[in-house]
Amino acid sequence: MTELHDHQSAAPPAALGRRSFIGYVLAGTTLVVGADLATGSNRASAAIPSGPQLPELYDLEDLQTDSALPTSQLITVTINEDGTASFELPRTEVGQGILTSTTMILAEELDLPMSKVKVTLAPARPELVFNQLTGGSNTTFSTYTPVRVAGALARQKLLEAAAILFGTTADRLTTTGGVISDLAGNNVTYGDIAGDAASQVVEAVEVVLRPPSDFRVIGTPKNRLDARAAVTGKKDFTTDLDVPGALPTMVCRAPEHQGTPKENGLKNLAAIKKMPGVTHVAQISSGIAVRAKTFGHCIDAIREMQVDWNPGTASGESDETVLAGIKRAELPLVVPDVPVLAESVETEFEFMFRSSAALEPYAAIADVREDGAEIWAGLKVPILAQENIAIMLGLPVNAVKVNVITGGGSFGHKLFGDHALEAAEISKAMGVPVKLMWHRADEPRQGRLHPMATSRVRATVLKGGLTGEDQVLSFEQRHTSVVTDFSHGLGEILTATADELPTEVGRYLGGLTFSQSIFTLTQELPYDFGVVTQLLNETDQRFRTGSMRNIYSPDVAVAAELTIDQLAKKVGTDPLEFRLKFLKNDRVKAVLEKVRKEGNWGRSLPAGVAQGVAIHKEYKGATAILVEIDTRPSTVNRDLGPETVTGPRVTKVVVAVDCGLVINPRGVEAQMQGGVMDGIALTLTSSCHLKNGRFLEASWDNYFYTRQWNVPPEVEVHIVETDSDTPGGVGEAAVGSTAAAVACAYARATGTLPKRFPINHDDPIAFKPKSFVPPVPPSPTNGLKLTY
Amino acid sequence: MAKQTFILNGKPVTVNVNDDVRVLWVLRDLLGVTGPKYGCGINVCKACTSHINGRAFNPCSVRVGDLKPKDRVTTIEGLADGRKLHPMQQAWIDRDVAQCGYCQPGQIMAAVALVRKVRREGRSITERDLDTIRNICRCGTYTRIREAILQGARDM
Repeated sequence: MTELHDHQSAAPPAALGRRSFIGYVLAGTTLVVGADLATGSNRASAAIPSGPQLPELYDLEDLQTDSALPTSQLITVTINEDGTASFELPRTEVGQGILTSTTMILAEELDLPMSKVKVTLAPARPELVFNQLTGGSNTTFSTYTPVRVAGALARQKLLEAAAILFGTTADRLTTTGGVISDLAGNNVTYGDIAGDAASQVVEAVEVVLRPPSDFRVIGTPKNRLDARAAVTGKKDFTTDLDVPGALPTMVCRAPEHQGTPKENGLKNLAAIKKMPGVTHVAQISSGIAVRAKTFGHCIDAIREMQVDWNPGTASGESDETVLAGIKRAELPLVVPDVPVLAESVETEFEFMFRSSAALEPYAAIADVREDGAEIWAGLKVPILAQENIAIMLGLPVNAVKVNVITGGGSFGHKLFGDHALEAAEISKAMGVPVKLMWHRADEPRQGRLHPMATSRVRATVLKGGLTGEDQVLSFEQRHTSVVTDFSHGLGEILTATADELPTEVGRYLGGLTFSQSIFTLTQELPYDFGVVTQLLNETDQRFRTGSMRNIYSPDVAVAAELTIDQLAKKVGTDPLEFRLKFLKNDRVKAVLEKVRKEGNWGRSLPAGVAQGVAIHKEYKGATAILVEIDTRPSTVNRDLGPETVTGPRVTKVVVAVDCGLVINPRGVEAQMQGGVMDGIALTLTSSCHLKNGRFLEASWDNYFYTRQWNVPPEVEVHIVETDSDTPGGVGEAAVGSTAAAVACAYARATGTLPKRFPINHDDPIAFKPKSFVPPVPPSPTNGLKLTY
Repeated sequence: MAKQTFILNGKPVTVNVNDDVRVLWVLRDLLGVTGPKYGCGINVCKACTSHINGRAFNPCSVRVGDLKPKDRVTTIEGLADGRKLHPMQQAWIDRDVAQCGYCQPGQIMAAVALVRKVRREGRSITERDLDTIRNICRCGTYTRIREAILQGARDM
């Protein structure tokens, strides 16, 4: 259920005060218009008052947007002869719905039906440099204005051409559904006039955008454009593509995390080459690759391989030893200078490794030739993959074509081009095209992980302070983490960008590592808690990590919000009232008020069932989550069969989100619902166990992402009114806040403050670990006995 | 190499492949029928869920040699009646369920079989039945999946 208020602010009178933008008409035989991707980005330039945390003024969204400023080239919209408009979006669709929302934005400015706007994914465009990264919930925020400028300019040029044709002026013409009309009854379609509107030279043109009060598409609920393809099996992912000669290919991998094969490591090469269906076998840096008639033949071959392996990067290590290393690296908490009557709350939490793997495993097609290469893969930073592949192959960058394919989920997993690089390495070694796919077992064991971390908080509170009001005097958070790998490309530009930031911001970031900068740019505790510091320290580079959906925020939010509940308890105040009292941001207050009302906060519940609430401010927006959790034995001990983790069940979730201007409310609702499922898994069930340098998990029945028996029967999403006229980011906004709300509810329901997350990590392992040698399990044969 | 014959989406097909190759690879890699997805290969994620003689099964876990010539295999591609979508597919569109879409062919095939199963048991679908569905959706579209199944069941 979604409720959408009228979220658009009234337009200023007439066109006064409406900003105009510069777009470009490009030379061509039909109308092609362009806009600079940096158009409309608002830099933080206001004077910085004392005290605020950096993200209030300048956050990761701004960094990503500004990173493009000096380097970005044009994005272009073409009006085709058939009256359609086409646009290649330099971002990646991985399920978040950006092809649909971008189509809506263009349809709005062009005044075309959505069916006539064709948005596709751009291949790697090295000239865009760092303006082709999909992440940080940044797509709509960073492309909204440039895409509108291109659309508005195209319409303007079409009107001007039609005015000449009809012998009138453009302001006397109207557009409806791709047809331009005048009062005399003359009509011409966009397609028919596109040639007349074309320019022989490049021309910079001033254009004014449609006022929000005129929006007819933006802000209305739309279904996804690929919905029919998705439900009929016609939506193609990388492994569904039919690239000539690209036969199924898999890799036999080491038992230990990031282990490698010894030189000539495959002992029974001759026997493997003779196995049914096998065409090629080659040793590569990560293992032994096999190409065969089907993926089934690859699995069979991998299971027969006898390989000598080098140890992995964390040989002999286990959860507890890695955790001990993190604890040694923890930064000290400062003893705050507070009145003697102030009381202190100290908390300490531990967050285990998580797998960011999507349901579609890593997959890439590579066709490497002597003089060039072509790649097909789901990639969120395709330029970096292209450059790395070119370096590996010893080819110029422009000899490597990288096609960006819609991904079967990402959650940060596709920020790295691991799969594309590996496919290229195999294709080069074998001398044939390959269709590489990782086995599921490879993903949690060798794929990207969310790093293990600890988060410690020390806060001081004074009951009935000087004014008689309770005061929080200090709130210090120290987050210590296994190193997060950010080498997917933002790193290089950070230094350059930070140098050009407004002085105060630049000085703030000076001297921080890249990870610390990301942490600083994403973490904001929007409470008046006196002296607030949130710092990151990283240690241990032995793991293959990456930015999992919402990066640091879920762990940081769980620790912070649980501690806030403890502060509220200390002064005897209701947790929600306590938050409202100390929140300093009206948008956050509004979403919290919304869940209080809609979620019936404080209603009477049986023992073992409790509500929890948490907020999060990031991505130019605010989220509040209210949950109810059932921790009674009858629920916790539900027995649904082997390898089926039940445990406490979240029975109800109420989401309130202010994400700025909403493009597609149905898409926003979807992102909130999905984020809720991620947050539940993070707190209750999903983690990877490290034992002797090996991760035990190898299956979706080992790594417990939320399943139907864990799904809350009630999930409500409320999109609240906002005064923002630009879109924020929604892809990650519900993850950290849900993880925190569930943790708070669990603590209240059980009366115990959990220390380690997910809470079931130390339960007896609920599965029999799959074999490490061979590294992939056999496919069962009993499927016909299990029909229903 | 053996000749494998079965009925696929209403038409008999014959493939030359060894008995022990799992049906999923025969469908995807040899016949180019890519609606059923690979997510695990061990009958856990259920992304390949299809129907055999009207009942849900997972082709990753069936040897092609175990199919009989008269066995009717239906994948997501064969669920609709020509252009007219199956009510469950329509419900999926109406609820705008799919995000990345990778799991959804399997989800829909599982949902249709589940509704048929509870009907055979002489009852209609309950929340408890929905809780038994094992198909994973890593985008977390579960809420809309539940809504769509209830709608699809009403229209089936």
